[in-house]
Amino acid sequence: MGDQEAVTGTSRVKRGMADMLKGGVIMDVVNVEQAKIAEDAGAVAVMALERVPADIRAQGGVARMSDPDMIDAIMSAVSVPVMAKARIGHFAEAQILQSLGVDYIDESEVLTPADYANHIDKQLFTVPFVCGATNLGEALRRLNEGAAMIRSKGEAGTGDVSNAVTHIRRIRGDIARLTSMSPDELYVAAKELQASYDLVAEVARLGRLPVVLFTAGGIATPADAAMMMQLGADGVFVGSGIFKSGDPVRRAEAIVQATMNFDNPDVVAKVSRGLGEAMVGINVADIPVAHRLEDRGW
Amino acid sequence: MTTSPLIGVLALQGDVKEHEVALQAVGARTIRVRSAEDLSGIDGLVIPGGESTTMSNLAIRADLFEPLRAASSAGLPMYGSCAGMIMLADRVTDARPDQQTIGGLDVTVRRNAFGRQVDSFEIDLDIPVVGTTPFKAVFIRAPLVESTGPEVEVLSILRRDGAAGTIVAVRQGVRLATSFHPELTGDTRIHDLFVQIVRQHS
Repeated sequence: MGDQEAVTGTSRVKRGMADMLKGGVIMDVVNVEQAKIAEDAGAVAVMALERVPADIRAQGGVARMSDPDMIDAIMSAVSVPVMAKARIGHFAEAQILQSLGVDYIDESEVLTPADYANHIDKQLFTVPFVCGATNLGEALRRLNEGAAMIRSKGEAGTGDVSNAVTHIRRIRGDIARLTSMSPDELYVAAKELQASYDLVAEVARLGRLPVVLFTAGGIATPADAAMMMQLGADGVFVGSGIFKSGDPVRRAEAIVQATMNFDNPDVVAKVSRGLGEAMVGINVADIPVAHRLEDRGW
Repeated sequence: MTTSPLIGVLALQGDVKEHEVALQAVGARTIRVRSAEDLSGIDGLVIPGGESTTMSNLAIRADLFEPLRAASSAGLPMYGSCAGMIMLADRVTDARPDQQTIGGLDVTVRRNAFGRQVDSFEIDLDIPVVGTTPFKAVFIRAPLVESTGPEVEVLSILRRDGAAGTIVAVRQGVRLATSFHPELTGDTRIHDLFVQIVRQHS
């Protein structure tokens, strides 16, 4: 047979990339030094951004896509995949990130939204996208727009894991309910979830999302990571929890080991020792509702 | 051996579940391998897709390389897809200098040979050893085989866009490797081939 045509940017290629990250930890990094620490610790990918969520929260102001020079420098410094964040709805930032050659774009509520009605039309891009969700309907709306990976949102920059727990339990609970419905009930479920019927029917049949589901937003300790994995996450995003802690090198290694060995408490106990101070953190309940990131995205 | 071989899947990180599903579909039993003890009693080992830099790092920390190399030397059949191909290669280019491999496959493999994720692709591939129907092959930040030793059998050559062909599937005795991810497609012919190798070996 002669030459065949190669097709890039297919759904299978985009979703498959996320499959390769399963069981791993994706770490927020703001410079080359942190990216190297993350890779050395066993991170499966790094997320390049200009400030970690805890600093965005503390410093305020508008949070945007990172400087392309910084993203380039990180891509040159590490061999693991490099992700970067674009503002919700900011398709021009996403175009820039695709042009830079990042491996995944996070259309993220951690940055200040650029559009309070529309998300990015992710079907138009060759590079795959990950998006946050607090419930199944939100996750399916993002998939409909072309997201190839979902992360439960949690509450970024807090070190408080409670919202991450709430969101992954809600997504998994919503899925479990769909699997027990008869076919005629799925039409109403699709209406209530504000999601496409085809996706709802697919989730009901599979008993899971048709893409990889990571967790994010408040994971700060090895125990947090192990719990989220046991709750059904395919992997873990850690933002401020590592580089806002007393000993980022050891904590990064420990969270990687706890994620891999999430079902082995002896290992998680061992790696939890001697990590120094965890990030101080902030209780989600103490954050004014208007400042909560989970409500960005719809 | 029993009619249903027991295949380990290295479960440090990566698309372990997809390989388990494919192996079970062709009649194998599966077990996840995370420590040296898990290697005892298995008839074959699959190294899944994932991030080879990370997989090497995690295997070093788990003290797994020596037991894996010992198992390979003892003749345990192994199949690696993508990152797994890199893990089986004797030589890797474009990797971190501290990246280790199990080795045993006399090839030189180039990491991320096709570019970054935006260059990942799928294509219909000829793999004559598994039949005449083209194989829907998914390449994700994929490696390719730059050179092969005398005992290596080339199973498939990718020809795309008029470029010279590149080797993307190889076999050397009981060792099998693909640059692409058959576990993502539902086409189980590569897994079936591996299980046949395992059966014939036992």
